[in-house]
Amino acid sequence: MTVADVLLLALGAVAVGSGAAVVTSTHLVRSGLYLVISLGAVAGLYLILGAELLAWVQVLVYVGAVVVLLLFAVMLTRAPIGPSRDLDRPAWPALIVGGGVGLGLAVLLADAFRWTLYDRPDPGTTERMGTQIFGQWVLPFEVLSILLLAALVGAIVLSRPDIGARKGEES
Amino acid sequence: MHAVIPYVTGALLFGLGVYGVLRRRNAILVLMAVELMLNAVNLIFVTADASVRARLVGVQVEAWAYPNGRPAHSGGVFALFVIVLAAAEVGVGLAIVLQYFRMRRAVHVDEIALQHENDEQVSR
Amino acid sequence: MIAQVFGTALFGVPVLVGLLGLLLPTGDSGRYRRRRAAWLGVAGAALALADVVFLLLAADDPIEYGVEVVRFGELPVTFGVSLGPAALYVALAVTVVALAVQVYSVGYLHDDSRYAPYAAQVSIFTGAMLLVVSANDLIMLLVGWEVMGICSYLLIGHDRRLPEAPRAAVKAFLVTRVGDVGFLLGIAFLGISAGSFEISAVLASSPAHLTVALLLILAGVAGKSAQFPLHTWLPDAMAGPTPISALIHAATMVAAGVYVVFRLFPLFSRSPGALAVLGVMAAITLLLGALAATAQDDIKRVLAWSTVSQIGYMTGALAVGVPAAALFHLLTHAAFKALLFLAAGGVIHAVGTNLMSRMGGLRTHLPATFWAFVVGLGALAGLPPLAGFWSKENVLVAAAHATEGHGPAPAWVGWVVWLAALLGVGITAWYSTRLLLRTFFGHARARTEQWHVGFDDAAYEREPGAPHDPPKLMLWPVLLLTVPTVLLGLAAFLPGFRSALDLDAPHLEISIVLPLLLLALGAGSAWWLWHTAPGVDPAQALGRLRPFFAAGFRIDEIQDRLVVRPVRALAAALRLVDERVVDAAVEGTGTSTTRLGHALANAHRAALPRAVVAVFAGALVLGVVAAIYGASS
Repeated sequence: MTVADVLLLALGAVAVGSGAAVVTSTHLVRSGLYLVISLGAVAGLYLILGAELLAWVQVLVYVGAVVVLLLFAVMLTRAPIGPSRDLDRPAWPALIVGGGVGLGLAVLLADAFRWTLYDRPDPGTTERMGTQIFGQWVLPFEVLSILLLAALVGAIVLSRPDIGARKGEES
Repeated sequence: MHAVIPYVTGALLFGLGVYGVLRRRNAILVLMAVELMLNAVNLIFVTADASVRARLVGVQVEAWAYPNGRPAHSGGVFALFVIVLAAAEVGVGLAIVLQYFRMRRAVHVDEIALQHENDEQVSR
Repeated sequence: MIAQVFGTALFGVPVLVGLLGLLLPTGDSGRYRRRRAAWLGVAGAALALADVVFLLLAADDPIEYGVEVVRFGELPVTFGVSLGPAALYVALAVTVVALAVQVYSVGYLHDDSRYAPYAAQVSIFTGAMLLVVSANDLIMLLVGWEVMGICSYLLIGHDRRLPEAPRAAVKAFLVTRVGDVGFLLGIAFLGISAGSFEISAVLASSPAHLTVALLLILAGVAGKSAQFPLHTWLPDAMAGPTPISALIHAATMVAAGVYVVFRLFPLFSRSPGALAVLGVMAAITLLLGALAATAQDDIKRVLAWSTVSQIGYMTGALAVGVPAAALFHLLTHAAFKALLFLAAGGVIHAVGTNLMSRMGGLRTHLPATFWAFVVGLGALAGLPPLAGFWSKENVLVAAAHATEGHGPAPAWVGWVVWLAALLGVGITAWYSTRLLLRTFFGHARARTEQWHVGFDDAAYEREPGAPHDPPKLMLWPVLLLTVPTVLLGLAAFLPGFRSALDLDAPHLEISIVLPLLLLALGAGSAWWLWHTAPGVDPAQALGRLRPFFAAGFRIDEIQDRLVVRPVRALAAALRLVDERVVDAAVEGTGTSTTRLGHALANAHRAALPRAVVAVFAGALVLGVVAAIYGASS
């Protein structure tokens, strides 16, 4: 058990624990905050696994933008501050399917990799990542930028105030 | 390092995400659970990047895996793309949720009418 | 060659003529059409009669030929003819009566729009009866037997305006059908034992379980010849037109059973058990018919029960082992019963009702018919020197001899038959006299307003005027039939006739005294009852027994309870099973498919969360399957 293993275990536990809290909490806002912790732990995991740029992008974009956006939406939809009782649907299909998926994947992966020891990779530099993106994956990169543009336009269109009118009532 | 640890972590996070999607009533909480799922996927990508390539000793790897004579780290690149996609998805998704909130004053997924009432009667 | 042609033409010509007649259109639009049908019918019967006469005069040896037609497995069925002299005499009787009936029907049904199919059906019936008489093969006989049954059904139900006619037709058909099942089984038994269905082969064989086969055949005989317990259809069959009653239910079809036993007698003589059963059946039928006839009000029903009783004489003669006596009585009975029925038709035509309680004093109005009735009833009662006396005498002598135990039947059978026959003579004389007195003597009944015209026959649509003798077309056949009624008995003195039938010479000895005494007693008591209370029905003397006798000893009700009701219940149950189980299964495939489709459609209309669950669950299942499959391969 190296230091890396200990750190992986610790951060993994934090990520899973706070992830569990996200999906079981009765407070809407607390779910969002638990999500921050979970994503942060994952960013830490990235660091240990040698994907530095990814870790910081995770913190900047995921934690910084996405979760903030989610919390904005929570506030805009008049979420109650205290606990809400009617936040959950029946548990058993979720337990069966979710538990099945999670445990199944875990078993699969554990069976595939066992307790094999791998060398720690070199820390990934921005330069290395940039070479990859603009070298091999430049086309997807461009498409992604178009996607972002489409998402932007779509979000604006979907936010129009008159979009709720029915077909018969449109003037 | 033992790569099984982050793998299992990713698997468990994915399971938790599925559980959350199926359990939660509030649309925004569903989106949070979807974020969990995406993160799990990213984690597995990155772990694969670190583990699978490292082990392929004595195996002739295809030329496209080593574009510049060095091993590629496509897992990380994919994870980056997933993050971008997640951002776009959350933006559009929340726009829809807010629009729905404007119409119905609530965002509970099990109250969404997938068809108009008269459409339902016609199809019957 | 000629013999074969004429032999086949004997039954072939009437059948062909009948089939042609069926092609004629019905309806009364033009006398030309009616005339065509009438000529066709009469010609068919006349040609058959000419054929028989020719064969009787010209043929020296019995005509036998057969051509194999089909094989049931290993059993050949032959088509052919076997006409000995006895068969020819029976065929003569059949054709004479058929001709008389055809001519009579032209007059009787002069206002019936469905005369053409009627005449055709009578022709087909004649052909079928001749087929039974001349068949050389049991299967051919069965064909003729069944065709007769169909024609009887069609002809009983001829007058659709009557409510009773269809029911009576179905009853006749079904009751004889019950017997026919046994008949078919018996034939199958005999054919398989003999290895062939040819009658000569069957008679030469010695089947195992002979008694069982013969008892089965007796079931068919009982049905067709209206013997106890399958006699219940005959009185109801009087719903058919009177000429049909004369032809089918007096002279020919009901005699077919007797003829079959006569043909198969070499087998019967080897089975004392079958003869004993036949004897008991005959005795019961004889007395049953005679007693029931005493209490009837309807003139045709008296004659119908009388037929039942007289056939009991024939089967009784067969049971005591003297088939010749049975055949002789068959021939005389054909003559006088047909005469009686046709004359009764004349009375009904004149008066407009069947019921004797509404007749009376017709002697002066219908003189020819009256004398015809006298002759016929005299023959029925056995008054010498009419035909019935000689044939009944033959039967009684045969039965008396059988009591000594010499014949093929046990001695006690002879006693039973002899005693029943003697008693029957007295009762027959009683009801014959009653019929004559009530119909022709006494005062004419006044026509009251409530006297609506009763059941049956062509005359009831018009208001009857003063009664008169029937028109020529109806009268001449009646007069023709009085000739054999008077003279046929004396034919027993002719050696040629005797040898043909294998009959004993009639000897008038002391034993004729007893029947004559009983006859005088019967007739005298009926006359005395009439004399003391003129106009009153002599049957009143029966007192409380009268309704019981009139209902035929309530055997109809017993049959209804034992057979008809259970069969109806079974049919209803089967219908229920067919509707609820079989149909429901078939329709159920349709409805269940539709319901499954609706259920699936509803599943597709699931709300969002349920759909998401379904997607993820499906993905999980597929993943597990892939993992297991991947692990195993």
